[in-house]
Amino acid sequence: MTNVLGRFDFDVIAKWIRPGEKVLDLGCGDGSLLRYLKDEKGVLGYGAENDPEKVLACVKNGVNVIQIDLEAGLSGFEDGFFDHVVMSLSLQTVRHTERLLDEMLRVGREAVVSFPNFGHRSHREAIARGRMPVSKSLPYQWYNSPNVRFFTMADFEALCAERGIVLRERLGFDGEATVTEDLNLNASIAVYRLGRAPQ
Amino acid sequence: MDDTTDSVGAAQPRCAQFDSPLILAGGGMLPAFDLVYETYGELNAARSNAVLVCHALSGNHHVAGCHAGNPKDIGWWDNLVGPGKPLDTRKFFVVGVNNLGGCYGSTGPMTVNPATGKPWGADFPVVVVEDWVAAQARLADRLGIESWAAVIGGSLGGMQAMQWALEYPERIRHALVIASAPKLTAQNIAFNEVARQAILTDPDFHGGHYYGHGVVPARGLRLARMIGHITYLSDDQMAEKFGRRLRQGDLRFSYDVDFEIESYLRYQGDKFAGYFDANTYLITTKALDYFDPARDYGGNLTAALARARARFLVVSFSTDWRFAPERSREIVYGLVHNGLGVSYAEIECSAGHDSFLLDDPRYHAVMRAYFEGIRT
Repeated sequence: MTNVLGRFDFDVIAKWIRPGEKVLDLGCGDGSLLRYLKDEKGVLGYGAENDPEKVLACVKNGVNVIQIDLEAGLSGFEDGFFDHVVMSLSLQTVRHTERLLDEMLRVGREAVVSFPNFGHRSHREAIARGRMPVSKSLPYQWYNSPNVRFFTMADFEALCAERGIVLRERLGFDGEATVTEDLNLNASIAVYRLGRAPQ
Repeated sequence: MDDTTDSVGAAQPRCAQFDSPLILAGGGMLPAFDLVYETYGELNAARSNAVLVCHALSGNHHVAGCHAGNPKDIGWWDNLVGPGKPLDTRKFFVVGVNNLGGCYGSTGPMTVNPATGKPWGADFPVVVVEDWVAAQARLADRLGIESWAAVIGGSLGGMQAMQWALEYPERIRHALVIASAPKLTAQNIAFNEVARQAILTDPDFHGGHYYGHGVVPARGLRLARMIGHITYLSDDQMAEKFGRRLRQGDLRFSYDVDFEIESYLRYQGDKFAGYFDANTYLITTKALDYFDPARDYGGNLTAALARARARFLVVSFSTDWRFAPERSREIVYGLVHNGLGVSYAEIECSAGHDSFLLDDPRYHAVMRAYFEGIRT
């Protein structure tokens, strides 16, 4: 899978995962992240992927992969089975964002999601010029994009607040640089660690 | 296909005789038994490269290659097993075995019952998946195979691979469960029952002792195969292959063959009735119906699978309605919830249940990749 951040994205996610954890990677691509987490953290990892070529790539990569359609949900998985449910740079490709977020936090103790931030300065400038943004983090034309949801960090946080999802940690990146100020304007990639408030 | 893809060549069936009794799951006992088997490739010095291929309803030990003097008698999974093929015999030592109750030389209803001096016929005990696997374990002992690198099977064969992982967790490192199910649905059992009734009500069945009457219940067996065949194909594929095409170009207004599909089913039924044993068919469909490892766990498949230690590859086919993808997913989730390694591929293929015997490129690519990842 083309991962615009490569290993950099993995390091951020790996930091939040403890050795030996059970991890589910949604939209796992060729399984690179799972392979990395398996090698670095000894996790018990499973990938979920619906693209046959990527499923094959995962098998070649020696990681567990389950071919399922994420739009159909995660109903086969038991409540709270996973320590972390990861969705790296594919949240914007699913239609039922709300339901999927709920499902991630049903089957996992915590969710880790990363997505391209539509609110990044360069994207705003493109819109101001009257064109849809095309950038390193949004590398597609409007007519061939696999992305079906376009949202900013502020949008995402508003949804989390509405759904009772707790933001445990939030990071913003522009290229490989960590962004510290006004993330919604300056970060092209957002990474969140999410949980539920204790009942 | 590259030029390294080839046949294992002439295969030599062998017979292993076992003299100590086998206690059967149904309560019966076989004082002694024979298993007919074939092997392809070489067992390595560490004896760590052995793969057992389990057959389904009408299969046998002849998995790959052809029998000497009969180049047309090609093994039933020859497209998968051979040098350079997904299950590569240059890397693996592959074993095919005819199960107990079979009609290809292993002890079964056609074998002489030592107690009566006549063929067992209907008196042959109903053997089930657990018994087959127990017998296969004896064969593994005989061949010096302490642990299989993999056990693989499609349909009923996949059930045997699962059973291996449950009964002998330390003797199997990988289980490949293809187009299979953790148990049959009511609809699936219903098809088997129609097939059995066709045989049991054939006047030539003679209570299962037809051998002595010099007849076989060919009409029943033929019907059983016809209904089976319908369920192994998909609606789409049947439409594509036959549609409403007429055999003679026009309607005949009789009960003779009008449509191509009728001709096809009659041909398949006749062919099958000409070589397969009706008692074996009855036993094998019962083995299918009875398989349900979750039964002793209150129907909880996850609990039933807790004993397994193997890694799994589960594969299903989109148009297989007899062993639907949903059934394979049940196995997958049961394995995940035990923290067992499993990969699952759902192959887009129009050929229904029979897809598992075909060489769909995506299917075989997954199989090849998985086998390549198995350390020997």
